[in-house]
Amino acid sequence: MCGIAGQWNPSGVQVDVDRLEIMTRALVHRGPDDEGYLLQPGVGLGHRRLSIIDLATGHQPLCNEDEKVWVVFNGEIFNYVELRKDLEKRSHRFRTHSDTETLVHLYEEYGLDFVQHLNGQFAIALWDATLRRLVLVRDRVGIRPLFYARLRDGSVIFASEIKALFAHGHLDPELDAQAIGQIADLWVPIPPRTPFVGVEELEPGHILVLEPGRVTKRQYWRHQFPRVNEYEDRPLSYWQDGLRGLLEDSVRLQLRSDVPVATYLSGGLDSSILTALVKRHHINDLTTFSVAFADGRFDERAFQQTMVEHLGTDHRQVEVNDASIGHDFSDVIWFAERPIMRTAPAPLLALSGLVRDSGIKVVLTGEGADEVFGGYNIFKEDKARRFWARQPNSTWRPALLSRLYGYIQRDSRGQAFWQQFFGKDLTATSDPYYSHRRRWENASYVRRHFNSDFQAAMRDSQTAISELDRYLDPDRAKWHPLAQAQYLEMALFMSCYLLNSQGDRMMMGNSIEGRVPFLDHRLIEFAARIPPKFKLRGLDEKWILKRTFADLLPGSISRRPKHPYRAPIAACFSGSNSTLTSELLQPDSLRRTGIVNHSALAKLFVKAGRVGLSEREEMAIATTASLQLLHHHFIDRDWKAFADSCRRPAVESRSFLPT
Amino acid sequence: MDQDASIRTILRKFVLEELLLGDSSSMVADDASFIESSIIDSTGVLEVVSFLEETFGIRVEDREMLPENLDSIDNLAGFVTRKQHVS
Repeated sequence: MCGIAGQWNPSGVQVDVDRLEIMTRALVHRGPDDEGYLLQPGVGLGHRRLSIIDLATGHQPLCNEDEKVWVVFNGEIFNYVELRKDLEKRSHRFRTHSDTETLVHLYEEYGLDFVQHLNGQFAIALWDATLRRLVLVRDRVGIRPLFYARLRDGSVIFASEIKALFAHGHLDPELDAQAIGQIADLWVPIPPRTPFVGVEELEPGHILVLEPGRVTKRQYWRHQFPRVNEYEDRPLSYWQDGLRGLLEDSVRLQLRSDVPVATYLSGGLDSSILTALVKRHHINDLTTFSVAFADGRFDERAFQQTMVEHLGTDHRQVEVNDASIGHDFSDVIWFAERPIMRTAPAPLLALSGLVRDSGIKVVLTGEGADEVFGGYNIFKEDKARRFWARQPNSTWRPALLSRLYGYIQRDSRGQAFWQQFFGKDLTATSDPYYSHRRRWENASYVRRHFNSDFQAAMRDSQTAISELDRYLDPDRAKWHPLAQAQYLEMALFMSCYLLNSQGDRMMMGNSIEGRVPFLDHRLIEFAARIPPKFKLRGLDEKWILKRTFADLLPGSISRRPKHPYRAPIAACFSGSNSTLTSELLQPDSLRRTGIVNHSALAKLFVKAGRVGLSEREEMAIATTASLQLLHHHFIDRDWKAFADSCRRPAVESRSFLPT
Repeated sequence: MDQDASIRTILRKFVLEELLLGDSSSMVADDASFIESSIIDSTGVLEVVSFLEETFGIRVEDREMLPENLDSIDNLAGFVTRKQHVS
């Protein structure tokens, strides 16, 4: 795991080495162990290394036999052992034992199609000196990040994180109000948009090819589901056997490492299955990590303890509370580089700190299972609403929704309101966003907390939806409703939020590499073929996953209803917790930034102290707090001073490759 | 095959393939209660009603959501026949 940065200059002019070093060293947290550079006419590549595979000779950049193809990369190629065997048969000679080296030989062998052969999580920058071609690639679902920007001189800079692009010095940080508007509506900016004007993310599953006179981007992988009536008619046992085989193989491959690997154990189904597979088949003296909350409403430590006792792991936990989340939130935004609607990433930053302090560099997590196997309430909500829509006058059918959301049951007086909420546009079942429309309209309440000028610049929600239409796969209209909802969750929330803001960034902030075995692309492709009835059975979520791996888990875990991972919000930023964030939420700071409507926000905090807040009100606070922090860290920052701080060598060992 | 028999054939296939997932050793008699046999839980009624509406083109009203109509192959067959007769 690592950080990469670089610059491409189509005119062939030499890249400024000082700026290349600064960009690369802005990523020192992603790779504290080593650094390396390549400088050739028209291109500069930089690499910060976190050593995990081939500790001795895995230094980057790496090249092929005749030094015509060079690569820097962030991530892991899990099937590198198999790829290497095949490439050696085809007469390629290897100098190292690293997974990185397979990339240059694969490229020689297959050209741009080399990426189809990779099983892994990666952001790659590959330089073909013969064609003077720079190739940027990102893994299929966006586990590893990659951003780029075009400069006024026509060159392109790229990096694992946006802060490196600003550190370069030729790009002025400016918030993209439209992107902020999309976050208010959809929880994410629609790729390739980022919160900053002029900065684009390379979309998951895409390859960008930069050649003199020609820049092309194409999608090399996409989510695909069968048409609604074209699922294969196979017995349950077929799907269970395939699922078991693929998950076990994914875990086996993802344990490839030359340093110790641990797992996160949340107490939920997915991380419990994963940890059980690792412990049973691979690592007997396994270390597990988890977050505990001082606030019992969010805490799952009893379930974590059940699994720890069941498996006998060496377990460590970090306890977080309102004050620690409020304190850590500033760092969260520095690493996440975007506004977020919840504080849930903060405890995960604290957790990766515990992992680092324990001397471990790599953890496996259960991320992705809820998306791939249908675990979220939004899938059940969609199914129950479609069932209700066939008999809109029914009172029995909407009662199914009350099983999904505890608050509905607690407050029978509110029944008329939630029926109205879930009943809005009830019969519009052909809407391609039927599953998510309620959530998005609810989220757009956040828009009201911005100043009117900023609201105008954000553009309206319909503009965001039109942009979304263009980003998403038009084939999705032919898929089963559950597949459509899963696709929206995967393409948007998982790829654009969970995997980076809550995943990669919160781990790399402490130089920890996360791996996600449920997102092996073979497993994603296989799971897409599994008929919906085996995923969401009645309203029983991830049914096939539970049924297939129940024998690994105590009944109290496998039968446990899904517990959404959340963290407290308003209490973390109230006046009693004096932090940078609470200071930035004071009226003076809000006026200076000029984005947030301070009287609307003040009302929320008063209400929080008196009667407590609804979920969307809490989200309004998290969004505005994180936007203030984003402004503080990225717009207000003295980037020149930051660049100067990056100039100091972070490690002794560094090397320049021949120019 | 008369109409009742063909409806029962469709219903038995549904119970075996969709509710029991092909486990023929657990297949129940036509008069066995789905709930007492643990074939469906309380949300499983959603699957049964969806199936009836999609397969037989009938609409199941709230007042018809009763065990007498839905809780065995016999009851389903009678219910479907009555509904089709009405419509």
